[in-house]
Amino acid sequence: MIPAQFSYRRASSVDEALSLLTEHGDEAKLIAGGQSLLPLMKLRLAAPEVLVDVAPLDELRYVRLEGDEIAIGALSRYQDLHGDPVLAEHAPMVAHVAGSVGDLQIRHRGTIGGSLAHADSAADLPAAILASDGVLVARGPSGERRIPAAEFFLGPFTTPLEPDELLTEIRIGKQTGLGWGFEKFTRRAIDWAIVGVAVVGTSVGLINMAGTPIRASAAEAALASGSSPAEAGALAAEDTSPVDEPHATSEYRRHLARVLTTRALTAAAA
Amino acid sequence: MKVTIEINGKPVSEEVEDRTLLVHFIRETAGLTATNIGCDTTSCGACTVLLDGESVKSCTVLAAQADGHTVTTVEGLAAADGELHPLQQAFRNQHGLQCGFCTPGMIMASASLLAHNPKPTRQEVREGLEGNLCRCTGYHNIVNAVIEASGQEVDR
Repeated sequence: MIPAQFSYRRASSVDEALSLLTEHGDEAKLIAGGQSLLPLMKLRLAAPEVLVDVAPLDELRYVRLEGDEIAIGALSRYQDLHGDPVLAEHAPMVAHVAGSVGDLQIRHRGTIGGSLAHADSAADLPAAILASDGVLVARGPSGERRIPAAEFFLGPFTTPLEPDELLTEIRIGKQTGLGWGFEKFTRRAIDWAIVGVAVVGTSVGLINMAGTPIRASAAEAALASGSSPAEAGALAAEDTSPVDEPHATSEYRRHLARVLTTRALTAAAA
Repeated sequence: MKVTIEINGKPVSEEVEDRTLLVHFIRETAGLTATNIGCDTTSCGACTVLLDGESVKSCTVLAAQADGHTVTTVEGLAAADGELHPLQQAFRNQHGLQCGFCTPGMIMASASLLAHNPKPTRQEVREGLEGNLCRCTGYHNIVNAVIEASGQEVDR
């Protein structure tokens, strides 16, 4: 399978990427690792006329401790994050989740910024960053703005990013010493989650339980009032709207959300 | 666009369509056909090569994205005198293949795995190769081969 024709433009800096986006407007699409976009283009589900490649921008490939926050460059690859010493100490859940995305080959290419901007509710990192109360930094022609993760996932594959904006950084608070857990149910090893859950402290992010990653608010409220992992986990499917399709019915997904959340909360409490 | 990729130590330069995939550049432009196209959807791992030393699925990388970089395929592993790479020899010794279609990708994925983790456990080998499908072997002898290539005792 071969993508439809497009014009490839490689950006050598963030400024050049922004000027290419401004120049080509709606016709342009950013590509980073390409592990989600290229399959869509090969299936002709996406056919951008101009691809602006930001993958080589090493200036956006970093993890830095800044006071009580961790700044993650948007073009950090999954495998970078999985092995990162700052994340290992201060946000081990995020490092673990990055190491569970797809397979090693995909983790060598795919980026955290690409995953978030793609906004697939079945992807792992969006729920992990949502549970981490992350803040996403976007740069456009008129400057920089910060978007809380809670306001970033508007719908399936839909974010507030404008066509001329580039996601540059993800910021999360230090999670040093907080309990965490991550559970994902897949049909085969490298598949997207049928359902997944990312827990850090008393925050619970659900994968694939709605059109966007969501927080399990009822379970979080129960935890805050002293409920056990099992009691809180039993509420994990409240206010969710999982898809009903041949791989799993919505009722089965609700069941998985309760079971997996209980397991992740139990791990976090251990 | 003009794409130049150093493949197995030799620069290959060609004017190609922007949409050319790395695997097509390797097979059709460079004429190196050991790298197979299996699922063509980033699932099976048959097209795995090393890009700057790290395993990638070459059906899901643009040739343009590899422009100026180095690629290693299974043809680039053996020594100049034909002596097999330890992974190739171990796959042969351990009967780590049957039909052989997955083998080039399996060996390149194993090379990247061992570069990160020179003495993996059997479980780590299985997890490290989760992106490569084999329909023949049941994986058992593939795991044996990677363990042998890592210089560890093969415990069946």
